Amino acid sequence: MEKNEIMLEIKDLHVYYGAIHALKGISFVVPKGKIVTLIGANGAGKTTTLSTISGLVKARSGTIRFDGKDITNKPAHEVNRMGIAMVPEGRRIFPNLTVYENLMMGAYNRKDEEGIKEDLEWVFQLFPRLKERTKQLGGTLSGGEQQMLAISRALMSRPSLLMMDEPSLGLAPILVNEVFEVIQKINEEGTTILLVEQNALGALKISHYGYVLETGSIVLEGPSEELLENENVKKAYLGIS
Amino acid sequence: MNITFLVQNTFNGIMLGGLYALIAVGYTMVYGILRLINFAHGDVMMMGVYFAFYFAVLTKSNVVIAFIVAVLGAALLGFLIDNVAYKPLRNAPRISALITAIGVSFFLESFAVVVFGAIPKPFTSIFKSQTLLMKVLNVGGARIPVLTFLVIGITAVIFVFLFLIVYKTKIGMAMRAISADIPTTSLMGVNVNFVISFTFALGSALAAASGLMWSMRYPNVFPYMGFMPGMKAFIAAVFGGIGSIPGAMLGGLLLGLIEIFIPAYFQSMMMYRDALAFIILIVILLVKPSGLLGKKAVEKV
Repeated sequence: MEKNEIMLEIKDLHVYYGAIHALKGISFVVPKGKIVTLIGANGAGKTTTLSTISGLVKARSGTIRFDGKDITNKPAHEVNRMGIAMVPEGRRIFPNLTVYENLMMGAYNRKDEEGIKEDLEWVFQLFPRLKERTKQLGGTLSGGEQQMLAISRALMSRPSLLMMDEPSLGLAPILVNEVFEVIQKINEEGTTILLVEQNALGALKISHYGYVLETGSIVLEGPSEELLENENVKKAYLGIS
Repeated sequence: MNITFLVQNTFNGIMLGGLYALIAVGYTMVYGILRLINFAHGDVMMMGVYFAFYFAVLTKSNVVIAFIVAVLGAALLGFLIDNVAYKPLRNAPRISALITAIGVSFFLESFAVVVFGAIPKPFTSIFKSQTLLMKVLNVGGARIPVLTFLVIGITAVIFVFLFLIVYKTKIGMAMRAISADIPTTSLMGVNVNFVISFTFALGSALAAASGLMWSMRYPNVFPYMGFMPGMKAFIAAVFGGIGSIPGAMLGGLLLGLIEIFIPAYFQSMMMYRDALAFIILIVILLVKPSGLLGKKAVEKV
């Protein structure tokens, strides 16, 4: 993988929850303009990795560099302001805010009214259904609509890096495909994506490069099309033997 | 009973209820975002009244300026209390913050005794002319002091501003987002600690405004003056549904009306006026613990 255009670089990251060693020195890179995916079973440390990058969880040691700057253990709101947006696991829509307000929360630190309007049009183009529901409270949306809103909300900060935690979890199969298509579309329009998924097949199909996490360590990495052919990956994560 | 009596008591009840409501929203906003009962809230009201009193006495300035200074001073005090006392405890068990709140309450009361003195001060002495306070209007036979209209009017205007802040501004939107989900709000780039401190400042300013109007009606300024109104406003907030701003307003208003009407129509209850609020608290906790407008509490898992 060429190292010249690296957007995010994780080096020897260790994270503990109390006495539990959740991340045991993982290292990986996300090149600019690509989709990189972390796959692995429940409890492998995927969500912890994203939470640590976004600043919600503190790292014990190791470094996180974004655009050449050290962002290790910066508070979450500062990380967001540098251009990293997150679609959290379980969507985490604000149920007491309207759809429009949820989107504006995504654009909280932006002052460019024109740009906000443009991006609003863009997300409505990606998800026309949201446009019909702008005045509705977030909590009244269906699961699929909430996922669309969570993605749109993250896009409203016009991030250079978009991190997504299990965007396909709990969605009907037809919606799963739709979400993966949208992720690809967002990437083609220039946003770098770090995707965490249990749905390894779907994630590897749309991504450029993949890392396999197992109990806090990276055990395998490679271009996604190679991982799709890898015998171990097939057996453990794709359900093909 | 005649209509004049009814009108008279309605005005008194709305005025008292509005003052309770102003304090109650401070409790409810802080509870809504931190799940903390800020027991020092009534004492912040007391500090605001002292700020106005001493500012007016020491600088001999206009009461209106003294009031503005006092409200801003109380806002700053609220901001400081959050940063010094509560912020270090954000990730601590909730009981720690609650005990700290009681500690802050005692601290402010003792501070007032030492610095301002325990002897009650006559608040109205800072008014150069008392004609406005004394003037009485005749409304359909009922005699309503101009002060009552003034207090009700100011309270209403403050509430309109509060609603504009909470529902129409960015920081208000962040306050509502925080009440639902703190980590996700910080992922949106919101400095959560700042917004929480802002909420304390806003609630404290409202409490001070209430205290100033309270002191025009009951002009006795002393270090423990915040205790009873603070307690009653807390009950009002629980009555209306703690965590809900419209609930705090409704609870405050109803409590004020009850406290005026029951003794007015049942003279024998006069002695028990202060007990009414506590009876309401017991009844609401037994019958509908979530309060009149509160949502059923859902334990977060």
